[in-house]
Amino acid sequence: MSTLNMTKTPPKTHAMDMSAALEREHGREGADRAAPVCIETKNLNLYYGATQALMNVSVQIPKQRVTAFIGPSGCGKSTLLRCFNRMNDLVDNCRIEGKVLLDNDDIYDRAVKVALLRRRVGMVFQKPNPFPKSIFENVAYGLRIMGVNDKKTLSETVEGALRGAALWNEVKDRLNSNGLSLSGGQQQRLVIARAIALEPEVLLLDEPCSALDPIATAKVEELLYELKDRYTIVIVTHNMQQAARVSDFTAFMHLGEMVEFTDTNTLFTTPKMERTSDYITGRFG
Amino acid sequence: MKEWVKSGTPWIWGTAGGLAVALVMVFGVLWLTAARGLIYFWPSQVVETTFVEKDGSKIRLIGEIKEQEEVAVRRLVESGFKIPGDDKFTTRYLLKLGNRDVSGFDFKWYPAPLLTDLTYPKDMLTVERREWGNFYGHLKSVKENGTVVAEGDAAMQELEKRVERARKLFDEIFRTEKQDIGDVNYALEQLRLKERRLQLEGKFDDAAKQAIGKQRETANASFAEIQARLEKLRAEIGRDSLSAEVMDGKLVDVPLAKVSEVYRANAMGVADKIGFYFHKLHQFITEDPREANTEGGIFPAIFGTVMMVILMSIMVMPLGVMAAVYMREYAGHGLLIRIIRIAVNNLAGVPSIVYGVFGLGFFVYFLGGNIDQLFFKESLPAPTFGSPGILWASLTLAILTLPVVIVATEEGLARVPRSLREGSLALGATKAETLWRTVLPMASPAMMTGLILAVARAAGETAPLMLVGVVKLAPSLPLDGHFPYLHLERQFMHLGFHIYDVGFQSPNVEAARPLVYATAFLLVLVIVALNLAAVSLRNRLRENYRGLEGM
Repeated sequence: MSTLNMTKTPPKTHAMDMSAALEREHGREGADRAAPVCIETKNLNLYYGATQALMNVSVQIPKQRVTAFIGPSGCGKSTLLRCFNRMNDLVDNCRIEGKVLLDNDDIYDRAVKVALLRRRVGMVFQKPNPFPKSIFENVAYGLRIMGVNDKKTLSETVEGALRGAALWNEVKDRLNSNGLSLSGGQQQRLVIARAIALEPEVLLLDEPCSALDPIATAKVEELLYELKDRYTIVIVTHNMQQAARVSDFTAFMHLGEMVEFTDTNTLFTTPKMERTSDYITGRFG
Repeated sequence: MKEWVKSGTPWIWGTAGGLAVALVMVFGVLWLTAARGLIYFWPSQVVETTFVEKDGSKIRLIGEIKEQEEVAVRRLVESGFKIPGDDKFTTRYLLKLGNRDVSGFDFKWYPAPLLTDLTYPKDMLTVERREWGNFYGHLKSVKENGTVVAEGDAAMQELEKRVERARKLFDEIFRTEKQDIGDVNYALEQLRLKERRLQLEGKFDDAAKQAIGKQRETANASFAEIQARLEKLRAEIGRDSLSAEVMDGKLVDVPLAKVSEVYRANAMGVADKIGFYFHKLHQFITEDPREANTEGGIFPAIFGTVMMVILMSIMVMPLGVMAAVYMREYAGHGLLIRIIRIAVNNLAGVPSIVYGVFGLGFFVYFLGGNIDQLFFKESLPAPTFGSPGILWASLTLAILTLPVVIVATEEGLARVPRSLREGSLALGATKAETLWRTVLPMASPAMMTGLILAVARAAGETAPLMLVGVVKLAPSLPLDGHFPYLHLERQFMHLGFHIYDVGFQSPNVEAARPLVYATAFLLVLVIVALNLAAVSLRNRLRENYRGLEGM
C-alpha cells in the first residue's frame, strides 16, 4: 500500500457547513458494509474546562476490525479513544455532551458501572506499564479483581492470554519473575496479555509501539493481525505506515474534528477531504 | 580566595564537617554511656588498707576503689587532715565500703597519702545481698542454725554450696509467692467481683451465695496449703548463715537467705572475671530490680518499653495510613483539606508533655472513666481503665507520632506513577481495589519509613508517659498467665523513666550512677534493634519495586 501517490484532490466544500459535510462522509465506505457496529458516537463534544477538545464527533467503529485514528499532535485522537472506556472520567473538569454507545448501550448512563465497562473495553497505553508483580500476577490481576481465585482457572487463563499475546514461549519458564524484568516489547505484549485475559469485546491501543524499537513494533503489529479475529481493535498511531499496514479502517482527525473516516485503502489512496491528503502527503502534522 | 568560594568547595567542607560533628557526637554519647555503664558489671578488686584519721589514730578500711580525683592539699589541710610532704595537689579515692547495715554509710572519700599498706588479700569476700547492698569481710565460718559447720579453709567451699542451695530456695519461694499465691489471689478477686456483679444486678440469691461460698472455701484451702509450703521453705532457707570479720574487727552474721552472690574478687583470674561479667550482664537483662531500683536487673522496663512500642505501632499504622490515603486520594483540593493538612503538620510541633496532659484528661479520665461505668461497675470505686495504664500510654504516643506516619505515607503515595494507577483502572478495578492491590503495596517502603521514625520517637519519649501509665515499680507485667493474658489496664515500667528514676530519685545516688549509664546504653540498643528490624523489612519491600524509576 503506497501512501505517497495522490490521485485526485478532494472536492471544495467551503460553502457548506463543514460538520454536515463531515457527517455525510461518515460510516464505513469500504468493501465490508456488512460488518456490524461495535462502538458508536453521536455528536460527541468534550470540554476540558473551557477548552473544547472534541467537536461534534460522530463515528461508527466496526466490530472485529482494526480501526486506526491518525492525525497531528493534539488533534484529539487519544481523547476520543479514552472516551470509549471512560478513562476521561479521571481528569478533573472534563465534561462531555453527546452519546457514546457500546453495542447500542449508552456508556455514560448513570446506571452503568464503570469498572464493568472497562472489563469489556480494555486499554493498552503508550508506555508499557506492567505492575511490579510477577508475570503471572500481572496477567491474573484482572481476574483476581473479578473474584476468580481458583488456581487452576487462573493458570489456564493466564496461559491462554500469554499465548494469545505471543509471549508464552518466551516467559513460560519464569512466570514468577518480576514483570519489570522484561524488555520493552515484551512488557507491552505482557500488558496486552493482561488486557485480553479478561476477554474484552474491544481493545483500545493508544500509540502502543511508539516507545518500542522496530523489531518489537513488528511483533506487536503481527499480534494485532491475529487478535482482530476475536476483538474489535481501535489503535491510535502517529505512524501512518503503521496505520496503513495494520488497520482495516482509518479515521483522520484534525483540531478535534473527525475529518474523514473510511476504509484504509481509500483513505490513503483517494482521500475525499483536502485536509486528509495534505496530512498524509506530509504537508503538515 | 574568591575562586575558592566560587568553586563550591566551602560548601563541601561545610556539609561534610557538619556531618562529621554529628557522627562524632552520636558515637561519643554511645561510647560514654557504654564505657561508664558496662564497667559496672566487672568484678572490682577489694582493697584492705590502714587509714590515718584526723586525730592520728589508725583504722582499717575494706572496700572497692570506685573513683579517684586530684584535690588541693590546702583544702584537705583545712578540713583537718595532716598531709605529709610539700605537694600542692594530691589524689583522693572514693571508697565503696559496703556494709551499710553495720556502719551506716557506704561511699566515702579518703586522701591517698593517708591510706597506707594497700593490700588485696586473696581471701577477701564480696557478698552481694538482697538488702543493704554489698558486704565485704574476711570469711570466718559457716553456720547452720547457729552451730558452726565449717571454718577456716574449708569454709569457702561449704559456703558456695550452701549459697547455691539458698538461691534455689529463694527462686522457689519467689515463684510460689508470685505464681501460686498470685493465682489464688486472682481467683478470690474474681469471686469477689462476681459476687458484687450479682449484687448489683439483684441476682444474689441463696443458691448463688452458697456456690460462691463453696468456691471461696476451696480457694482458701489451697491458700492455706501454699502458706504451709512457704513456711517450710522459709524455715529451710533461714537455716544457714555466714560469719565474717568486717573492717573494724567485729564478727557479723549474714543470713544466706539474703545473699545473692558470693565471690572472692581478688582471687579471680581473667577467665573467671569474664565469666562473671557475662553472668552479671545476663542478670541485668533478665532479672527484676531490687533495692528501690538501684540494684538488680531491668527486665520489666525492657519488657514494658518493647510492649508499649509494639502496641503503639499497631495503633498508629492503620490510623496514619488511612488518614494519608484519604488526604491524598479521596479528598478534594478545597479549603477544608488545606486546613486539615496544616493541622496535621502542626500536630508534630506540640510539646510531648501536652500530649501527656491530653492523654490523662481525655483517655484516662473521660474514656477510661466511662468504660469503667459501663463494663467494670463491680470493681468501682477502684478504677480499672479509669487510671493510667499501658493502653492509654500507647494510644497517647500513637497520636504523638501520627503526623510523621501521615507525612511519610503521603510521600510514598505521591511517588506511585500515574501510569500504574491508570493501568489498574483500565482493567476494571475500582479506585479502592487499585489502592489496595497496587498503590499501597508500592507505598509500603515509605510507610515503613514512617514507622521507623515513629518508633524512634516514641521509644524515647518519657514526659507524656509519666502522666499516662508509667510507674517506678510495677507489681506485675502487662502480660501474664491469667485470662485475658494481655492486661491493658496495668501500669508498666519504661526504660526512659527508669533512667530518670534511678538517676534522680534513688536513695543511693553514687551506687546507682553506673546503672543510669548502663540503662541508657541499653535503651539506645533497644531502639537500634527495633529500627534495624524495620529497616531490613523496608529493604526487602524495596527490592520488589526496583526498576520502576522513570515510569
